[in-house]
Amino acid sequence: MYDVAIKTEGLTRRFGDFTAVDQISFEVKKGEIFGFLGANGAGKTTAMRMLTGLLMPTEGQAEVAGFDVYKQAESIKKSIGYMSQKFSLYNDLTAEENIRFYGGVYGIGRNELPQKTDEVIDSVGLQSVRKKPVESLPLGWKQKLAFSISILHQPKVVFLDEPTGGVDPVIRRQFWEKIYEIADRGITVFVTTHYMDEAEYCDRVSIMVDGKIEALDTPKGLKQSFSCDSIEEVFIQLARSAERGQG
Amino acid sequence: MNTFKGFVIKEFKQIYRDKRTLLVLFGMPVIMMVLFGFAIRNEISDAQIGVLDFSRDDVTQTLTHKLQASKSFTVNAWLESYEEVEDLFRQGNIKEIVVFEQNFAEKLEREGVADIQVITDATDPNLAKLVQAYTGSIVRDYVADLNAENGIEIQQAGLQPEVRMMYNPELRSVNLFVPGLIAIILMLISALMTSISITREKEMGNMEILLVSPLKPYHIIIGKVLPYMVLSIVNVLTILLLARFVFEVPFRGSNLFFFLEAGLFIMTALALGVFISSAANNQQTAMMVSLAGLLLPTVLLSGFIFPVSSMPEVLQWVSHFIPAKWFLVIVRGIMLKGSDLMLVWKETLILGVMTAGFIGLSLKKFNVRLQ
Amino acid sequence: MNTIRFLLEKEFLQIFRNKSMLPILFLMPVVQLLVLSFAATYELKEVDFVMVDQDRSEVSRQLAAEFQSTGYFTLHDVVSNMEEAKQMMDAGKVGMIMHLPPGLSSDFYSGQHASIQLSVDAVDGTQAGLIQSYSASIINDFNQQHRADLEMSLPNKPVHQAKTINLVPQNWYNPELDYITFMVPGILVVLVSMIGLFLSGMNIVREQEIGTIEQLNVTPITKTQFMIGKLLPFWVIGMFDLLIGLALARYGFDIPFLGSLATILVVAGIFLIVVQALGLFISTVTGTQQQAMFIAWFMMVIFILLGGLFTPIESMPGWAQDLTLANPVAYFIRIMRMVLLKGAGWEEIAWMVLVLSGFASLLLLLSINRYKKTAG
Repeated sequence: MYDVAIKTEGLTRRFGDFTAVDQISFEVKKGEIFGFLGANGAGKTTAMRMLTGLLMPTEGQAEVAGFDVYKQAESIKKSIGYMSQKFSLYNDLTAEENIRFYGGVYGIGRNELPQKTDEVIDSVGLQSVRKKPVESLPLGWKQKLAFSISILHQPKVVFLDEPTGGVDPVIRRQFWEKIYEIADRGITVFVTTHYMDEAEYCDRVSIMVDGKIEALDTPKGLKQSFSCDSIEEVFIQLARSAERGQG
Repeated sequence: MNTFKGFVIKEFKQIYRDKRTLLVLFGMPVIMMVLFGFAIRNEISDAQIGVLDFSRDDVTQTLTHKLQASKSFTVNAWLESYEEVEDLFRQGNIKEIVVFEQNFAEKLEREGVADIQVITDATDPNLAKLVQAYTGSIVRDYVADLNAENGIEIQQAGLQPEVRMMYNPELRSVNLFVPGLIAIILMLISALMTSISITREKEMGNMEILLVSPLKPYHIIIGKVLPYMVLSIVNVLTILLLARFVFEVPFRGSNLFFFLEAGLFIMTALALGVFISSAANNQQTAMMVSLAGLLLPTVLLSGFIFPVSSMPEVLQWVSHFIPAKWFLVIVRGIMLKGSDLMLVWKETLILGVMTAGFIGLSLKKFNVRLQ
Repeated sequence: MNTIRFLLEKEFLQIFRNKSMLPILFLMPVVQLLVLSFAATYELKEVDFVMVDQDRSEVSRQLAAEFQSTGYFTLHDVVSNMEEAKQMMDAGKVGMIMHLPPGLSSDFYSGQHASIQLSVDAVDGTQAGLIQSYSASIINDFNQQHRADLEMSLPNKPVHQAKTINLVPQNWYNPELDYITFMVPGILVVLVSMIGLFLSGMNIVREQEIGTIEQLNVTPITKTQFMIGKLLPFWVIGMFDLLIGLALARYGFDIPFLGSLATILVVAGIFLIVVQALGLFISTVTGTQQQAMFIAWFMMVIFILLGGLFTPIESMPGWAQDLTLANPVAYFIRIMRMVLLKGAGWEEIAWMVLVLSGFASLLLLLSINRYKKTAG
């Protein structure tokens, strides 16, 4: 077995002349909650797309759940969960049907599915609307559903791309309780966020600026080395030095 | 007003940035014109036929040569017996078998009458008729020559029709198809593209954002429609230039009047597009409705290919609701007859009423949704 | 295998949930088949004509009656000068002007060449051709009827040494030259192609546009599974529509079914894969549904017009005939007509089926290859 869930070495992605991700190297341990911060356009999403097998790196090495991103992209896909920034469940299907579909695609057996579905519905608290099209649900519920679906198949690593964007503080709190819960079960969580208070909840945090990782440490360690009171100050200090335009 | 200007500019940029689609949008009319200007015809050239000659004499051989020499036919099969006919027809390439009876020349000489059996593959009835008619005229010419050689003029007692084809003396298919192509292309660009582009905003949820902006709903619609209007006008121009200078389609009426009428039809098509988008919830529906409701009827019920007057009465009635039908009457009139408003005011009025109707209906639909 | 089942389940759920699509999928084809089959005809029906009668004789009256009695022509008006008649034609009120010059009847009864002028509105060349041939045969009949009287009245009977060759026509497969019999199989092909070409391709672009495709791309679904999941539902619907259409053709339109239904279904199966794969291919080279639809529409128009549906492929110039060899719709239309109307079997259509299968595999390979689970 492995102790390292994600490992990258000089991982780089260029689009023509533009280097979106520039030689990033880091390791994420099993069961860790890894915060992946950066201003808009710093290269977070590109990096995440490479790790999930959606995008081929230009150079460098990366392994996710022990599999190589170049050669074993399909094996990676079996071991990870992914919740994208853009809401990506089927709006015209009901909550139940979405769960069933993604569950089935990840190889959960026909017999297990009804029980799994109930579990998810209960955990998200969607009992009353399970047969309604997802379209009609409030955003926070949709996000919770998407999150539950991304961990349905017990992945080794789950990638969450701004999971709490646009949801209210109560649901955000619930989200982080869930995240701790799954981390306790040994699932590695790789999460991006723009809420700096959330960064404080992570085991370790990296901050990307202009495609490079400029800082990587525990929240406490970061605050100490940058002599700041909060991650937010650290972030602003680093992001100011960015050359790429924001947004 | 500035917001509106900005919005329109954004719409233009969005469409014109995508070079590939743009290429298709401008290239398509050219390809269609060239392809169909040359390819769609109702005349026959090089139809493959077979000969079953039970006589094999000078006369039958001369006739076979005459068939072979004509531009309409290629003799591609020499049969030995009737049994082969079925096989050949089933393979599908041979459209007609010309059968010369036994002792053909002898009978013609002695009795003055001989029979040629013309067996056609009438799966395509139109083609069968044409092939028969062409064969008939080749044989008649031959007989006339033969009689002339013998110093016999056929007595021409009775009425002789002298047919004059008005407006289009050579019966050129291109003259007929150009107006139809204009209608199809305008329907495609104006109606289909508009309906989809508006439905798209709805589907992506952008419509709500636009609606809460200072833009009025009709601003949004106009903004969406304008770029396609410009595209359509450019396309009309392209087709017209091609028609006049490549296909030499006559243009007897006034250019200005033509453009006014084309402008009106563009408006009709755009209004139709807006109407479809006001009724459809997603792009797929908009597309299928446009496809089934616009493309096929425009091709089939407008008189583009099949004369409206040949249709059953019910369909003639239905065709009144196809905008392209009226547009075709107008454009054919302007191009071939030199019509002016005096002659096509009725059709023009109908298109105008349709346009107003579609706009009214879609405004109503949009308003209902907003309340 | 299981994954595919879930994919299919999801696709069917989505299709059947979209209430506005259902009538389009199942009702529209039927309506179109009915409407279009009746519309696509070249037969002549009721042409209004005006008579410029400067002879005012028994002959002109009889001729007018003769024309009207066929049911194809309706006498709109009788005027005395060409100007007036021309105006009527300009205004589109009449399709033909029949000009009977003065002295027509005396020429006629004296056995001389008596010409009448027919001016046909040839804006619609096809119809003009029909009017010409119908009037020629009416006038011919008219002459025949009067020939006996004529010959009696003539002092010198014409010499009958002239040779004649009679054409004895025989029309196979469609002796009544019924146009609907010819059109229905072709229109069916077009309807099936539209479902195949538009729906499956658009479906993928739609997932791209909405963003769900990215979610699918991080799942273990393989390309092939994904493609099958997208193709199969519309394949089934396409086949279903074809069956309805065939039933209508057989029992509604009385189209002969000489060949085997199984053959048609097998070919239809292959053909659907061709158009669907083409739709998929279009979807892989476009980013939005709008682009994809536009290109698909454009191709559809070319397929239809170069498919031999309305105008015979035999009438096209050589290069255009060669182009039709790349048109799958042309093959299937041809096969449909051959099998249904002529009873052709595998032997005759084998090469076309082979070509279609070639298209199918090529396009499938191309589109599966182009569809990437990874971007860039």
